Amino acid sequence: MVSMSSRASRPNPAPQAYPEAQIQVEGVGKVFAADPGLLGSLRRRRPSGYVALDNVDLRIEQNTFVSIIGPSGCGKSTLLNLIAGLDRVSSGQILVNGQRITGPGPDRGIIFQNYALMPWLTVLGNVEYAVQTACPSLSRGQVRERAREHLVTVGLERAMHRYPKQLSGGMKQRVAIARALSINPSILLMDEPFGALDALTRAYLQDEVLRIWEEHRITVVLITHSIEEALLLSDRIVLMSRGPAATIADVIDLPAVRPRQRQLIEQHPDFLAVKQRLEEHLLRETRAVEEHV
Amino acid sequence: MQSRFGFSCCPVHPSGYCYDYALCLSLLCLSFQLPSLLLLSVPDRRLSKPLAIAISCLSILVALILWQLLASQGILGKNFPGSLKTLEELSWWLSDPFFDNGPNDLGIGTNLLISLRRVLIGYSLAVLVAVPVGLLVGLSQVAESSVNPFVQLLKPVSPLAWLPIGLFIFRDSELTGIFVIFISSVWPTLINTAFGVSSINPDFLKVSRSLGASRFNTVFRVVLPAVMPNILAGMRISMGTAWLVIVAAEMLLGSGIGYFIWNEWNNLSLPNIFSAIIVIGFSGLLLDQVFGLLQKRFDYQA
Repeated sequence: MVSMSSRASRPNPAPQAYPEAQIQVEGVGKVFAADPGLLGSLRRRRPSGYVALDNVDLRIEQNTFVSIIGPSGCGKSTLLNLIAGLDRVSSGQILVNGQRITGPGPDRGIIFQNYALMPWLTVLGNVEYAVQTACPSLSRGQVRERAREHLVTVGLERAMHRYPKQLSGGMKQRVAIARALSINPSILLMDEPFGALDALTRAYLQDEVLRIWEEHRITVVLITHSIEEALLLSDRIVLMSRGPAATIADVIDLPAVRPRQRQLIEQHPDFLAVKQRLEEHLLRETRAVEEHV
Repeated sequence: MQSRFGFSCCPVHPSGYCYDYALCLSLLCLSFQLPSLLLLSVPDRRLSKPLAIAISCLSILVALILWQLLASQGILGKNFPGSLKTLEELSWWLSDPFFDNGPNDLGIGTNLLISLRRVLIGYSLAVLVAVPVGLLVGLSQVAESSVNPFVQLLKPVSPLAWLPIGLFIFRDSELTGIFVIFISSVWPTLINTAFGVSSINPDFLKVSRSLGASRFNTVFRVVLPAVMPNILAGMRISMGTAWLVIVAAEMLLGSGIGYFIWNEWNNLSLPNIFSAIIVIGFSGLLLDQVFGLLQKRFDYQA
């Protein structure tokens, strides 16, 4: 086991110190209603919809980095959208900081796979829009100052006046990270943020996210396909079963080694064991998905 | 009538019109196409800008020469004006475009301004209505269901069908012209705007929702800029339609560039009609180019 000394570098207390989870997902189900069609709706028939999630229970403590991993189509993004408040639960409830969520809020920053930067705004404009909208009481100068600050954090102070179309995919995602952090959320939700990037850029951005997370230490929920990514970044990995009616198959706590290096997860026996477990699970679930026609 | 070019195989119309003129015309046109057909077989190279312009000018010049040849041979009918006669008339009209000698003797520029005024007023009203309604239709299913039947029913109606209605309601040719322009140019902008809203990237809306943006904020700071390219594309088509319609409408309204053409037809002055056609074409081109520039400004992708 790794010594606990690396823990000492954490600015915040260890997550275990918080008995109350920051995000509590309690018996959540999500059913997407099917279109009954014109005749069906006249007859008031409701076809059974698609059950994406069934009875999902999850507790995420404050300041932990949690990855949700599962076979494709298992409802990972659905779960993230529910936590974000962009979609409504069909059953159960989700509590954030003890409050039942009814919609999206600036306490949760979201990062999308395709960046979702507004192409008519400059890099600075994109971040300023977020700050202005989330904190309408700030003056123009304060908004600009805060946007600038966060762009410096992601190392884009020199690209501030460029438009998104002039940036590489990695830069765009860094702008999206700056935008999400600029509203000072207590939770950061990332939906396959590096899925659209090439391997080298992805590795660079993973390191960037690690570095930024070490500085900010907020709760992060990361949706990913990549086992390596989950191992490199997370405190805890949530494994989902295949859909439909996906649920949580397993929750794995990773050794608390921080800061984490790539070589470490390739050599450390605990990480290797987890890696093997994840691979087996994902392979089994994916095979079941692909062979079920 | 004897066949002028010796194509004895060509039949002769009972009126005496010899079809070998038509044959000759087609052959001439074909020979004109030959160089461009040859060009098709060579791999296309990117032309430098001056070369492209030079080729365009050359093409116009060739067309003018052909026109002059055909007209001077009488192939297009007796007394059909050639390009020289037309350009001479055009330069006369352009030398003093803004005279006003009573309603049936206005300068071509004066008439053009009358038409432009009608188009700009009718068109601006159309855009002022079409953009908000289009946004509403794109954002709300209720609005879509209630507006859609009118759009679908009224869009295919020829704008000129509205002329009698306009004349009856307004009893005024000026207002009727504006009304016809309004009703014919409202649809493309409306439809394009609504389509733009419905095809907006859902991630933009998710971002603004997750930031807790108000509906007002979302519409004006996200939806409107996002659909700006669609709005401009619609406005461009609307402007094209308006400019097409005004000429036809004015033939019945008694002033403007359309009426100028009708008037010159009554005077049997084809060179003047051609002059008006050239002026109309150039004005339409200019209006279109303005939108081309605007679209370039709001093209987020390129």
